[in-house]
Amino acid sequence: MRATARLVARADGHGRTVLPELRGESPLLLRQVPAGDGGVTVYVVGGAAGPLAGDELRLDVEVGPGAVVRVHTVAASIALPGRPGPVSRMLVRATVAAGATLRWLPEQLVAAAGCAHVGDAQVDVAEGGTLHWRDELICGRHGEQPGHAEVNTWVDLAGRPLLRQSLTVGPDVPGWAGPAVLGGAAATGSLLVVDPARPAEPPAVAGTVARLPLAGGLATLWTATAADAHTLRAYLEPPTENRSWCGGAPPEPVSDQHSLAGMGG
Amino acid sequence: MRPEILRPEIEHDESVPHTHPEPGVDPHAPLPAATRALRVGIGGPVGSGKTALVAALCRAFAGELRLGVVTNDIYTTEDADFLKRAGVLDPARIRAVETGCCPHTAIRDDIGANLDAVDELAEALGPLDLVLVESGGDNLTATFSRGLVDRQIFVVDVAGGDKVPRKGGPGVTAADLLVINKTDLAPMVGADLSVMDRDARARRGALPTVFQSITEDPLASQVADWIRHELAHRSTVTVPPDAAGAASPGAASAGVGSAEPAPRAVAGQAAPVAALPVGRA
Amino acid sequence: MAAPTMLLLLADGRFPAGAHAHSAGLEAAVAAGRVTDLATLGGYLRGRLATAGLVAAAFAAAARRAAWSSGRRATLARLDAELDARTASPAQRAVSRRQGRALLRAGRQIWPAATFDDLPVTPGGPHQPLTLGLVGAAAGLDPAQVATVAAHATVTGSASAAVRLLGLDPYQVQALLVRLAGACDATAARAARAAEEPPERLPAAAAPLADIHAEAHATWEVRLFAS
Ligand SMILES: Nc1nc2c(ncn2[C@@H]2O[C@H](COP(=O)(O)OP(=O)(O)OP(=O)(O)O)[C@@H](O)[C@H]2O)c(=O)[nH]1
Ligand SMILES: [Mg+2]
Repeated sequence: MRATARLVARADGHGRTVLPELRGESPLLLRQVPAGDGGVTVYVVGGAAGPLAGDELRLDVEVGPGAVVRVHTVAASIALPGRPGPVSRMLVRATVAAGATLRWLPEQLVAAAGCAHVGDAQVDVAEGGTLHWRDELICGRHGEQPGHAEVNTWVDLAGRPLLRQSLTVGPDVPGWAGPAVLGGAAATGSLLVVDPARPAEPPAVAGTVARLPLAGGLATLWTATAADAHTLRAYLEPPTENRSWCGGAPPEPVSDQHSLAGMGG
Repeated sequence: MRPEILRPEIEHDESVPHTHPEPGVDPHAPLPAATRALRVGIGGPVGSGKTALVAALCRAFAGELRLGVVTNDIYTTEDADFLKRAGVLDPARIRAVETGCCPHTAIRDDIGANLDAVDELAEALGPLDLVLVESGGDNLTATFSRGLVDRQIFVVDVAGGDKVPRKGGPGVTAADLLVINKTDLAPMVGADLSVMDRDARARRGALPTVFQSITEDPLASQVADWIRHELAHRSTVTVPPDAAGAASPGAASAGVGSAEPAPRAVAGQAAPVAALPVGRA
Repeated sequence: MAAPTMLLLLADGRFPAGAHAHSAGLEAAVAAGRVTDLATLGGYLRGRLATAGLVAAAFAAAARRAAWSSGRRATLARLDAELDARTASPAQRAVSRRQGRALLRAGRQIWPAATFDDLPVTPGGPHQPLTLGLVGAAAGLDPAQVATVAAHATVTGSASAAVRLLGLDPYQVQALLVRLAGACDATAARAARAAEEPPERLPAAAAPLADIHAEAHATWEVRLFAS
């Protein structure tokens, strides 16, 4: 199935965000829900299951100057094998203007056995824009080996490359589950935070979650692997004003060092 | 205008063995121009006293030379930490280099990381007079590349047995200065210093050897004087008087034959030729 | 196709560009108990090849293409920014630049007539794959050969570190490398094809544990390898 959806947000000049455009088509429907703070919250409502191989889905998001948009999904997307075509695709293109905020915090993508899915995100953040962008990939439903899944995240900040990341798993991908890539973890993901109001933070690591200041601008990537979706989510809760470390325990470099340095140098 | 290399009269003190370099003959290769710090490598087997020597030299040159240290110890930061703890050197003057379990490779075959560390010291601290490069403890075959250091000191200790100089190996035979350390332990380990002296001389020809105990001489004064001599020698040989700024015409004769330590030698300035301390009791 | 000896010289682990001091994350993976034997080493090397190896080889080949093109300085600057965007971990960025600086030192001394001045001037040094592209150009290698050098270094560097860290049987490790030779060549070929694309479209294969391992390793007080 092919479907496109589009979301355009503008500030109305009175501290509120309005959506001059909000349209989608099955299985890619958009629903606005009330939000108290002047921003808008939009849910992407997928089909009962999917995307199915053969689906071609595309969502465009445009957040104008000063507008604030949160995007969630109602449930995890489960990429499944399907009849009509070899691959399912989901493309998200987003632009975030100066002074605008986009919080892209969907539920997980689950790569079911036999699936062939490509998720592409291309995000342009203008200087002074704020972005929270979370990707979570679960490799297989419970106890199952995943099919092929590829998550490509391309983010530019102020016209410069900020993040280019392709994570690929599946039976035909060499070494993906091995000690160089996921180390047997079933869940992995990252949270990108571009926020001109947050001070730069140094790198930190605790267990299998790391905080990585990026080179291309004032931005931080949290990256993590975990045994399950729940643990992963705890690692990748967006930081708040009072909490610079994402969910879970704050980093303890010293104890971490000991656990990792167990070979005794 | 290479001045004659003058050697002090060597007084014979048979209680401390020593070698007798040929008077008037400089056994070392010529040094490069004094436009950068003199780089001195300190190599030798594990535990022979390399770090102790570096610490002693830091103490000896405090307030006299602008000093940097690069350490290749296999446990990289340990030596640096030791020097910091001993309070002999500002941590900013120490760089550690990881050697991937190949200490000899890092000082001999693939010296880039060490050269980077030397460059970083100069970038961070401005011009230096002397950079000491401590190798990780290795065996008798490890030597420094001439691309990395200008002079190398090989440190062995009496506790390794008095046979070590006889075994030879490039470190013992070719180092610019051989240091036989921990002489205070000789009676305890039954090492015969005169045997070591004889073998070292046979192996090394005109190259100097010193016996020392850092426990008894915490300033490693013989080694410090040897380095002062090398520094002074280099400055007068290679820096033209104009470029050298405060070059003194009488420099070449000052200090000769005296037991005075050499005056401060600063890169870019000519300094007097100091007495070669080798063999001084 | 350049003389094969030149390719062998550049790919040799004894080429003095500091490779001996880098385990490419293996030291941390060993410490974390993830690489313990020949089998886990095999998984490690396959994963490296498909991620960091592919990216490094593609950027090296792209830099090699840029070396003999007009607009070389601008292309190298774009490649530098694109490679930064593919290297989320600051520790990994620093290591790439450190290795680039070591390779540049070797390149300048060995090919004094070659020009490396178009490499972007960055505090830590130029990224290693970019430098490799220019050194490869100086050596007369083509982009596919430069990609082969990069892919080959990806597996041989960590394998050699594994021999030293885990005391593995060197014959068995070499046999593993022989089994990986086909994958290595395929990675290089893919990288060389990818290098024909504009910089922003080059591969960006990520490995979460590589970032996590690198950051953990950078915090250690005591380490044998520089990466
Ligand atoms: N008795 C005695 N002990 C010494 C002397 N010099 C050094 N030591 C001791 O010997 C031990 C090893 O000295 P280090 O300076 O660490 O030796 P090293 O050559 O740097 O060792 P590695 O870097 O591990 O190869 C230390 O316990 C020193 O205190 C000496 O002249 N006499
Ligand atoms: Mg030491």
